[in-house]
Amino acid sequence: MTAPLLQVRNLRVEFNTRRGTLTAIDDVSFDIAQGEVLGVVGESGAGKSLTGTAIIGLLEPPGRIAGGEILLEGERIDNLPAEAMRKIRGRRIGAIFQDPLTSLNPLYTVGRQIVETIQTHLPMSNDEARKRAIALLAEVGIPAPERRIDHYPHQFSGGMRQRVVIALALCANPKLIIADEPTTALDVSIQAQIITLLKKLCRENGTAVMLVTHDMGVIAETADRVAVMYAGRIVEIGPVQDVIHDPQHPYTAGLMASIPALGQDVERLAQIEGSMPRLNAIPAGCPFNPRCPRVFDRCRVERPDLMPAGKSRAACWLHVEEKKGVAHA
Amino acid sequence: MPEALVDAKLLLQVEGLTKDFDVSRPWLNRVIEGAPRQLLRAVDGVSFTINRGETLSLVGESGCGKSTVARLICGLYSPTAGKVIFDGVDLANLHSEKMLAMRRRFQMIFQDPYASLNPRWRVEKIVAEPIRSHHLIKDEAALHKRVGELLSDVGLSPYDGEKYPHEFSGGQRQRISIARALSSNPEFLVCDEPTSALDVSVQAQILNLMRDLQREHGLTYLFISHNLAVVSHISTRVGVMYLGRIVEIAATKTIFRRPLHPYTQMLQSAIPDITMSGKARTPVAGEVPNPLNPPSGCTFHPRCPHVKDKCREVRPELLEFDGASVACHGVHDGWIPIVNRT
Repeated sequence: MTAPLLQVRNLRVEFNTRRGTLTAIDDVSFDIAQGEVLGVVGESGAGKSLTGTAIIGLLEPPGRIAGGEILLEGERIDNLPAEAMRKIRGRRIGAIFQDPLTSLNPLYTVGRQIVETIQTHLPMSNDEARKRAIALLAEVGIPAPERRIDHYPHQFSGGMRQRVVIALALCANPKLIIADEPTTALDVSIQAQIITLLKKLCRENGTAVMLVTHDMGVIAETADRVAVMYAGRIVEIGPVQDVIHDPQHPYTAGLMASIPALGQDVERLAQIEGSMPRLNAIPAGCPFNPRCPRVFDRCRVERPDLMPAGKSRAACWLHVEEKKGVAHA
Repeated sequence: MPEALVDAKLLLQVEGLTKDFDVSRPWLNRVIEGAPRQLLRAVDGVSFTINRGETLSLVGESGCGKSTVARLICGLYSPTAGKVIFDGVDLANLHSEKMLAMRRRFQMIFQDPYASLNPRWRVEKIVAEPIRSHHLIKDEAALHKRVGELLSDVGLSPYDGEKYPHEFSGGQRQRISIARALSSNPEFLVCDEPTSALDVSVQAQILNLMRDLQREHGLTYLFISHNLAVVSHISTRVGVMYLGRIVEIAATKTIFRRPLHPYTQMLQSAIPDITMSGKARTPVAGEVPNPLNPPSGCTFHPRCPHVKDKCREVRPELLEFDGASVACHGVHDGWIPIVNRT
């Protein structure tokens, strides 16, 4: 196998505040292979969006990368100057955000925005860029693209706007797209359309996707592998089927059980007691230990790293037996 | 309705409920440009009943009018036409004092637990507000004790009454909203997307809490949601809304095992299912049309895979069909095959 497209090594993101330093992302490592869809799930505040923001170099102060490396095609990008990073953004890493209304400029036609993005990254004349813009709009399933290209964002519905945003992200044929909750603001019937589209485009162009969402259903349908985040750490990462059907970390298991399913006839949903700790009060040892039904002494004092567990890897001391003698993967 | 006909089981009856919103251009534009008045019919002749102790859910996509129905029932909007009959009394005929007494008996829980709690009030004051405004408990010490009980009922500590809303997480805030709604001992709660702003694990906590409270206090719920999985878990009966109308209403089991209306079928197949990973689901073509200019006949016809000429011309009525009510020509005239999911 060739080197992964994106490597994140021991990433640490900190916020300096008046009351001390908060660690929002703590020692997060993962890879994304060429053409792979990696889902990142977790509850609000788990650090999933922030991981995406850090990769794309858009952390807002006081947030900063305090440690670790991010490598794109083997080349470090976390310490690049702003100007160089801007060339990578859009060209090699595209981004899709949650709210399609705020990611488009309401004062310019969508065509102008797409053409501008194309010309920023690719040497194309106005005519060529416009042709490509129309082709892109057609590709993302916008009817009558020759006409729609001269419309303003407010003339599009939510689902159509999100298609325009996807077209924008695809402008320069990036190798990686970071999609942060791309379907959360949309209705279920539109959600299905957008996910199908995203999947199809990525398969055709061989684009890798880091799909950040809190919706396990979306992950299950779209992702190849999934990383589950809790309190700024990855607690479990593995093939999507294994994580869903055979979760190894008690948090993942609780999360899966708490999702109501259609036609499931249960009186009560399984629930995880308590709530995620605040960043200034992350417990010692495993951050999940105060809520964990299977907690034991070691969890309260020593922090678990990701270790092999079933077909996945989980950061949980329950799997320490399996780890014996196995080199850290 | 004569008193003798009041069904002991029936708590709420909604008949032909309709709400128009005036979305006309400003007066000056209408005078100068001759722009016409424009009305948006958000809710169009909705009728249903809710029995005591049951949970009726209304589902649909944004803009289908489900939240407007909730607000009409609570009296936050006044209906353009139609009636809301609560426990045999038509709410439109009630005047201020009697209405206030009636208002004690139904309460509402809103979607956003950040916007629905006054940030400058302590939790105790928030929870005690309905008790004070209905003069239920006059003695301050007893009131303090009652608020403590309510907070314990929803899984918070009685000492949390001292705190301000910003000190709580989203799920805890929703618990505070529920405590506030319960404080006037209501029989009926209208819950407008109570869990959609919450994370799944917190959502499970709130849904379980709502079930427990329903059992303990014999509550009746009208539950508004866009999430079919949540709805299938919490409700006794489900009504599906599309562009201001109910297109299908049936018992939860019936509607999920045998969805009749093509829109219901579409909504169900659109839900990403964590068990069928990798399988492509059939994406639904098209989007919800502009409610200012709804399609003729059946409003779903431009997106419907089974459309025939009749659908474009005649508006289907909500009629009984084998244990369910459905507004679809295809089902009643038999050209849409009935699918049973077991």
